Amino acid sequence: MKKLLAISALLIVMVLLAGCSDNGGEKVYVYNWGEYLDYETLELFKERTGITVVYEEFVQNEDMYPKVESEAVIYDVVCPSDYMIQKMIENDLLYAPNFDNIPNIKYIDETYLKSSEEFDPGNKYSVPYCWGTLGILYNKTMVDEPIDSWGVLFDEKYSGEILMIDSVRDAFAIALKYLGYDLNSTNEAELEEAKALLKKQYPLVQAYVVDEVRDKMIGGEAAIGVIYSGEAIYTSRENPDLEYVVPKEGSNVWIDGWVIPKNSKNKENAEAFINFMCDPEIALMNFNYITYSTPNSGAWNLIEDEAVKNSPVAFPPQDILDRCTAYRYLGEEVEANYIQKWYEAKGE
Amino acid sequence: MVKRFFERFYIGLILVFLYAPIIILIVLSFNSSKSRSKWGGFTLHWYKELFKNQSIMNALYTTLIIAFLSALIATIIGTAAAIAINSMKKTPRTIMIAITNIPMLNADIVTGISLMLLFVALRYTLGFTSVLISHITFNIPYVILSVMPKLKQLNPHTYEAALDLGASPVYAFFRVILPDIFPGVFTGFFLAFTMSLDDFVITHFTKGPSINTLSTKIYTEVRKGIKPEIYALSTLMFITVLLLLIIINRRSADKKEPVRRL
Repeated sequence: MKKLLAISALLIVMVLLAGCSDNGGEKVYVYNWGEYLDYETLELFKERTGITVVYEEFVQNEDMYPKVESEAVIYDVVCPSDYMIQKMIENDLLYAPNFDNIPNIKYIDETYLKSSEEFDPGNKYSVPYCWGTLGILYNKTMVDEPIDSWGVLFDEKYSGEILMIDSVRDAFAIALKYLGYDLNSTNEAELEEAKALLKKQYPLVQAYVVDEVRDKMIGGEAAIGVIYSGEAIYTSRENPDLEYVVPKEGSNVWIDGWVIPKNSKNKENAEAFINFMCDPEIALMNFNYITYSTPNSGAWNLIEDEAVKNSPVAFPPQDILDRCTAYRYLGEEVEANYIQKWYEAKGE
Repeated sequence: MVKRFFERFYIGLILVFLYAPIIILIVLSFNSSKSRSKWGGFTLHWYKELFKNQSIMNALYTTLIIAFLSALIATIIGTAAAIAINSMKKTPRTIMIAITNIPMLNADIVTGISLMLLFVALRYTLGFTSVLISHITFNIPYVILSVMPKLKQLNPHTYEAALDLGASPVYAFFRVILPDIFPGVFTGFFLAFTMSLDDFVITHFTKGPSINTLSTKIYTEVRKGIKPEIYALSTLMFITVLLLLIIINRRSADKKEPVRRL
């Protein structure tokens, strides 16, 4: 009995020491989406700069925000989405990096820097990492004609074959764009119209999904779904009958970007990390791992597979991008209004 | 006849509901396509990838270490607490038991957020130790709950008798009381181990950067799709537990035999 206790005590001490062990040396705390970079790049970063990456992952912007705001953990680099970056800027949570330490930013294509100005005026706080569009994924064997409009999601002839996205901003973006309005609208009349449209759609929808749309479309369970462009590449590979289109009324372009929180303790290491991520070879490694479009033109030039390089899904032509808008953070009241209308539309 | 059929059918239905998801999981772990709805051919690829994947393996070790350690420490503290509570007068005892039951009755999220706020208020950096402390905290009530009934069943006089015969209180505890309550302590330990393995919410709120348990690791993969390595891992865990249960049950069955023969 005593021996057992002694051994356990020893184990406890050992593990507690191991648990809070410190290799010393330079560190950088990175907070990113789950499965959102090639983990090998972290090893390469350590080799090249000697800085150890302490890496953590989150699932939604809304999970990340309270952790950063409450300072429960001090992160050096975070990768929020467009509207969340704006919210963090407005709540004075971010540090404007010294772009002299991020020379590789020259590889980020101008188009995405310009789109970023929607939520980060002057590109003072963020560096684009991944981007994509919101669009329709459809099974060409299950529809009558090629799709090019959001209208097909509200069309009664596809009743029961529609997978609608279960996300407030995205659903309203679709409705607002279809009605010809701005997807950052705060106009009550426009929002009510959009809500009415979504309410009319409710009986036609097979299911409201976000991630499940991939497997459902691959399995042929529905004819039409709403999906992000990054996922469309994966699904088309698995099921060649699937096509992706950004409707003619326009859509949302989303951008995830690197930012540095204000209370970061390793600001220079953070800048070095962001610079490293903008290196074309590293950006290419990440692109191959996550298949989400990269804004890095240097990486794009290095892509070997011509089909991927010229894919209109991954790298749509300028005219498609011109009709896509990024989300702006609309403030707590308006956001609450959107959510309220979304619940009313879904009949909850 | 018909009644027999319905009984069997009913049990069959229950078993199907319980195990169909697990069977599907096991089948998919051999699927060479990442998709859940398409069969791409049989492969052991994901099992190989699993052992190469550092972050999943780390999550596994962290989960097991935290479960074991927190269960062990909670058992020690919980047993001591149960003994103390047992010898209290009625009113203090009722109050203590009520307080002890609160973490069990509370929603996990309340416990998780309050612990996180406590760590932030004390300026204690979240990390491995914060998760360990949190797990010990919510495990203690379960141990106390398992040990108390055994203490009640105890003959109060054996301890006094041991003291009368010259044993020191510590010796008397380890040699007289502990063996009698040991089944309760054991149950408490395993209950704590299981609760810790299972936990997601509390770990999610109290973990520090680069600390992941299996549940939090799987959660982060939701956006991009859960990796098939997780299916492989789940299959291995399921088979391990199944084998353990078979072995333990065989042992108990063997133990019973000699008594009957006599």
